[in-house]
Amino acid sequence: MFSYYLQLALHSFRRSPGLTALMVIIMGIGVAASMTTYAVFRAVSGDPLPDKSAQLFVPQIDNAGPQNGSTRNHLPDALTYTDAMALMQAKAGTRQTAVYPITGHIEPSDGLQQRPFSANGYAAYADFFAMFDVPFQYGHGWSSGDDDRHTNVIAISSRLNQRLFAGINSVGRILHLDGHDYRVVGVIHDWNPQPRFFDVNNGFSFGGAPDYYLPFTRAIDLHISSNGNNNCSGSAKPVTPGWDGWLRSECVWVSLWVELPHVTAVQRYQRLLSDYAAEQQRHGRFQWASNVRLFDLNGWLDHEGVVPPETKVSVLVAGGFLLVCLVNTVGLLLAKIMRRAGEVGVRRALGASRGHIYAQFLVEAAAIGVAGGLLGLLLTAVGMHGTALLFEPGVARLARLTAGLVGLTVWVAVSATVLAGLYPAWRAARVQPSWQLKSQ
Amino acid sequence: MHIRPIASALWHHKGGTALIVLQIALTLAIVCNALCIIHTRVARLSRPSGVDEASVLAIQNQWLGDPAPQPAKALMASDLETLRQVPGVVDAYASNAFPLGDGGWSKGVRYTVDQPSPASFTAIYFADEHTLATLGLKLVAGRNFRADEIGDMGARDTLLPRVIIITKALANRLFPDGHALGKQICIGSAPSSTIIGVVERMQTWIGSYSEAWVEQSTLVPFRLLASGTVYLVRAQPGLLERVVRMGPQALVAANPLRVIGSEDVRTYEQIRATTYRKDRGMAILMGGICAVLLATTAAGIVGLTSFWVSQRRRQIGVRRALGATQGDILGYFCTENLLISVGGVCVGAMLTMALNALLVDRFEMQRLSLAYVVVGMVALLLLGQSAVLVPAWRASRLSPVEATRAT
Repeated sequence: MFSYYLQLALHSFRRSPGLTALMVIIMGIGVAASMTTYAVFRAVSGDPLPDKSAQLFVPQIDNAGPQNGSTRNHLPDALTYTDAMALMQAKAGTRQTAVYPITGHIEPSDGLQQRPFSANGYAAYADFFAMFDVPFQYGHGWSSGDDDRHTNVIAISSRLNQRLFAGINSVGRILHLDGHDYRVVGVIHDWNPQPRFFDVNNGFSFGGAPDYYLPFTRAIDLHISSNGNNNCSGSAKPVTPGWDGWLRSECVWVSLWVELPHVTAVQRYQRLLSDYAAEQQRHGRFQWASNVRLFDLNGWLDHEGVVPPETKVSVLVAGGFLLVCLVNTVGLLLAKIMRRAGEVGVRRALGASRGHIYAQFLVEAAAIGVAGGLLGLLLTAVGMHGTALLFEPGVARLARLTAGLVGLTVWVAVSATVLAGLYPAWRAARVQPSWQLKSQ
Repeated sequence: MHIRPIASALWHHKGGTALIVLQIALTLAIVCNALCIIHTRVARLSRPSGVDEASVLAIQNQWLGDPAPQPAKALMASDLETLRQVPGVVDAYASNAFPLGDGGWSKGVRYTVDQPSPASFTAIYFADEHTLATLGLKLVAGRNFRADEIGDMGARDTLLPRVIIITKALANRLFPDGHALGKQICIGSAPSSTIIGVVERMQTWIGSYSEAWVEQSTLVPFRLLASGTVYLVRAQPGLLERVVRMGPQALVAANPLRVIGSEDVRTYEQIRATTYRKDRGMAILMGGICAVLLATTAAGIVGLTSFWVSQRRRQIGVRRALGATQGDILGYFCTENLLISVGGVCVGAMLTMALNALLVDRFEMQRLSLAYVVVGMVALLLLGQSAVLVPAWRASRLSPVEATRAT
């Protein structure tokens, strides 16, 4: 029966090729626009660490006070060095790491004739690697002992390893960074969570993988500044000049991440935070009541507004566009099907049930949907190249035409046209055979 | 033309009529809001930066070995000397940031040191006596920095400028009476600085939170002695491309102990394109969607009206036989379309406002001005009329003989 309906549908397409082509094109464009924007949206709004995200938390402490615009929902989005160190020393989570973005220049060793180049990295604690499930190609992260001893060790990306050491196991080799020698302890295997959750507050949410990681304690010794934001609006008095003055200042620039395995641990940590802020108030450092927050990973991404508003608006508008395409297809299908009311009358008179008429026209709609879906797929592939036009390169790179998206595109097209075909099919099924036959 | 018979015919086709009404309404809602987005974005990306963009480039430079302030000062001076000797270079200076760049310093501005919260915010640009000439900034009041006023500052020193040059936007913000010159303000936590000059316009660097004070900038007379610096270079007309190639080469040749990456040398054209990429892309996307949407709606109207015409061939024939002119038939379909379209745009106007309210609420979009809605409504009515013309004209050409012919 299905193949018969398909034949009928093809016959009908041949009779009005213009109208059919119009419907296919409209569905194709509508589906492509919404799929392209959806692909970008999905890419930027995903959970970067699905297995662990519920156990990773970011504490926030208000060190600026209400007079500088702090509210419950608007706290400084990084910590002072003082607060970050106090919380690190509390060791209240299963694991914890302070982290800040750094940049430096690497001088390739003499053998390779390369000019020095700049590279981006992070200063972090040993727990960083275990907390965030960082995969290693060679070696491993440094130990807590290295943190304590402020050792000159470094973990590098496989890309940097390729560039400097031609991709061999470089563990134990020496790397020259900013005029200092570091011993490579590990080579990280293509690790680049998107969005880069641990650095969204500095606006480095999307982009290529970081090149290297080195111990926070060592970076502080070497006076390596943050490459991210440094916000001193919380300091009432001028910041004392010099590195130590900056460390002791109310400038916020350090991010802190804590791993808390269960609800009681989270509650305990929250208590610790408010107690800490209350203590600062007692000591006269804060002139306001304790204002602290603890976000989990996805809550933090949401709070920081990681998904660019452009992404959401374009999904919304493209969705509206698909809706118009759908309404349009309903109208055109209606026109197309009702033009054949006489044919329906004859089929009904010859014994076809309403169900048969329904099936016939839904198959016809689905056939248009398949064609529209294929066209939509083609246009989506074109649209993927267009994403670079609309979004920053880091975001645009994320949008890929995966098998899932291919399936979704065709599915959306077919189900949308079948949905569009429901009303015309219902109208066709209501055609009175006797009336149609009489009017012939 | 009698409306009643048309209305009753439409009631007969309520399914199709409702579809066109809905389609017109949705189209209006989306097109109006998309136009509003386009307007906002285009307005944003066409803001003048104040810089003479056609002839300025920026070179991001990083010296190796993290030089101390004194050596850094010497390096900077010799780099600027090198740059000024490159053929085609008019002038150059060193700074921490530049208008339209992707980051920089900002400070709160207070009238007095003990004022609890700042009166405004400002971008901070390190500058010297060459800055105005290099960027092509227009001084509208006061004077430029003198060479002997330029001080040195380490990366972790407190910014303590005695004299500053500010933009007109900042001057107007702080001193609405228009007398900013000679007044004293406090930048960040520094005691007062005297305003010695006002430039017409100099945009801030563009970050997520600089939007609210996008033309409020302050020039401070210091060399920032850090390991990284950015050189702003002005080229002679037509020689920009040459300077883009020669400038960095000359720097590396003079002193190879530095890093200037491939993305560190950018003309203002490139800087502008990168900064406003999203805005331009959004405007193009919205424009594209509007065009396709309007075409889709027009195609839908043509399709459905053609269907109605074909359904009513007999009635049209009868009317023609009874004396209706071609104009009557044409008028009939045009009026019918007008009725539907008016219904559509009325529903659409409400949908437009609802969608706009959602966008304003959720995505910090601007509130739609009523002018957009009115223009959109008129445009859609015209679109409907022009879409219906072809099928209506075909209907009017039907001969009265149709009445006697079986369908």
